[in-house]
Amino acid sequence: MSLFQYRLPEVHNMLHTKAVSVSELTEEALSIIAERDSKIHAFLTLNEEGARQQARVLDDKLASGASRGLLFGLPAGIKDNIVTKNLRTTCASQFLANFQPLYDATVVSKLRQADAVTIGKLNMDEFAMGGSNENSSFSAVSNPWDLERVPGGSSGGSAAAVAAGEVYFTLGSDTGGSIRQPASYCGVVGLKPTYGLVSRYGLVAFASSLDQIGPITRTVEDSAYVLQAIAGYDAQDSTSAKVDIPDYLGSLTGDIAGLRIAVPKEYIGEGVDAAVRESVLSALKVLEGLGAVWEEVSLPHTEYAVAAYYLLSSSEASSNLARFDGVRYGQRVDDGGGLLELYHNSRSQGFGPEVKRRIMLGTYALSSGYYDAYYLKAQKVRTLIKQDFDEVFTKYDVVLGPTAPTTAFKLGSQTEDPLTMYLNDILTIPVSLAGIPAISIPCGFAEGLPVGLQIIGKEFDESTVLRVAHAFEQHTEYHKARPQL
Amino acid sequence: MSITVKDVQHVARLARLQLSPEEEATFTEQMNAILQYAEKLNELDTENVKPTTHVLQVSNVMREDVVKESLTQEEALLNAPDDEDGQFKVPAVLE
Repeated sequence: MSLFQYRLPEVHNMLHTKAVSVSELTEEALSIIAERDSKIHAFLTLNEEGARQQARVLDDKLASGASRGLLFGLPAGIKDNIVTKNLRTTCASQFLANFQPLYDATVVSKLRQADAVTIGKLNMDEFAMGGSNENSSFSAVSNPWDLERVPGGSSGGSAAAVAAGEVYFTLGSDTGGSIRQPASYCGVVGLKPTYGLVSRYGLVAFASSLDQIGPITRTVEDSAYVLQAIAGYDAQDSTSAKVDIPDYLGSLTGDIAGLRIAVPKEYIGEGVDAAVRESVLSALKVLEGLGAVWEEVSLPHTEYAVAAYYLLSSSEASSNLARFDGVRYGQRVDDGGGLLELYHNSRSQGFGPEVKRRIMLGTYALSSGYYDAYYLKAQKVRTLIKQDFDEVFTKYDVVLGPTAPTTAFKLGSQTEDPLTMYLNDILTIPVSLAGIPAISIPCGFAEGLPVGLQIIGKEFDESTVLRVAHAFEQHTEYHKARPQL
Repeated sequence: MSITVKDVQHVARLARLQLSPEEEATFTEQMNAILQYAEKLNELDTENVKPTTHVLQVSNVMREDVVKESLTQEEALLNAPDDEDGQFKVPAVLE
């Protein structure tokens, strides 16, 4: 009997009552990974000895009667763009294939303080650029529900590992939807917090004004546990927000009577798969049954979000990735031609095609004569998109729609056409541009593949997002379905 | 407006990338498609709209100027592909 069929509080109870030890749970996770991961390729680096060591320390802690952290003993995976001291961190790039960080990201320190066990580092699209996890320079990840399909990206490894029951929870990062979209494709819960709620110190930057770390879990309650552990102001991150952290677990009351839901017509209209739309409309009926009311609204600038996002994120990426030059860390390719050739060769051989494409696009958009036409224009459109949400939130508590227009697509089916691939993120990108929180939870299946429901909240109102998601989950069974592996 | 191979070569130099002729051709085609899509933004009148550079209202975050420990020289050089005498080593820049 797998320990992974239990909910987080149940496992906690087993650990605290010594029905199972942290070491036993850790071995269970490692053996499940050994058995299943050759099929899905979610892990890039396993921290076997480190995890066993952590488990022994925690078992001793329990034996001594010392107080225990919120995530005591739980095996966790971390997306490989979040740095871990002395544990290889590659961003799924050849450039950093042997990179050993010298410090822990703040979220990793917080997981340690909460007594979680770091099992290993998870596969992703190279430098978090992509929507299918096919841009990993090590191996594409397969979707546990159908091994011929993508798990979504860029936190594809993080979502697949949870869906496959390899670890209890993972951390991902979301720039344009990279936590929510893979969570949707893999039938798990993915939360992108408000920008600034979770420290980005130690997250390898892609687009600094958009990147945000968040949890991927099996249930909404688990998501609240992890968020409680990782949220909070960090002086080491100059974009960290000074806000009070509420009791997220306490917000899971199950009561949503009188809640006002806005459903943007742009989120359920043309381009959204009929089966996906049907699942979302059924979810609305469930919420109505619990006393919520919903109305159709409009977010009129939705159709401009993808264009604005790709200009902004690529511009920021071209700037952030300028630091990879083959001198201080990472891959060096020196053909004896001189310093400039060393830069060119190292970057050209170290970066994969998607990363190069975005660096090129961003460099172009920021170059002399084009800044106003592309970068500044996109910043202004970002304002309009944020204003759309501000307007809707004057009358409604949450905005609701699908997470992605379709279910997971076949591996290789969109790799030749970047623009089509970019449009898969059309429903997650507006939220990222506005910096507000959103969660993706399972809300149905279409031809055996999971469908995700996206619940979007006001700035720093994760409590309401979690409350609505939890209420839905309590009255449905979708989150209990497991892929056959 | 469309991008030529020559533009792509120029941008690659700015981005410190060495592209193969195949990559130049592919990127010319793909960047044209993406930028053509981005033209969509021009449908919007943004004359009086302020740009949002950052969603949070934070600016000039400062910390106390106090002496504290930093990485040691050995640690700072630990991931360097090449180093000598406590410094990052690069090809000669001057003749």
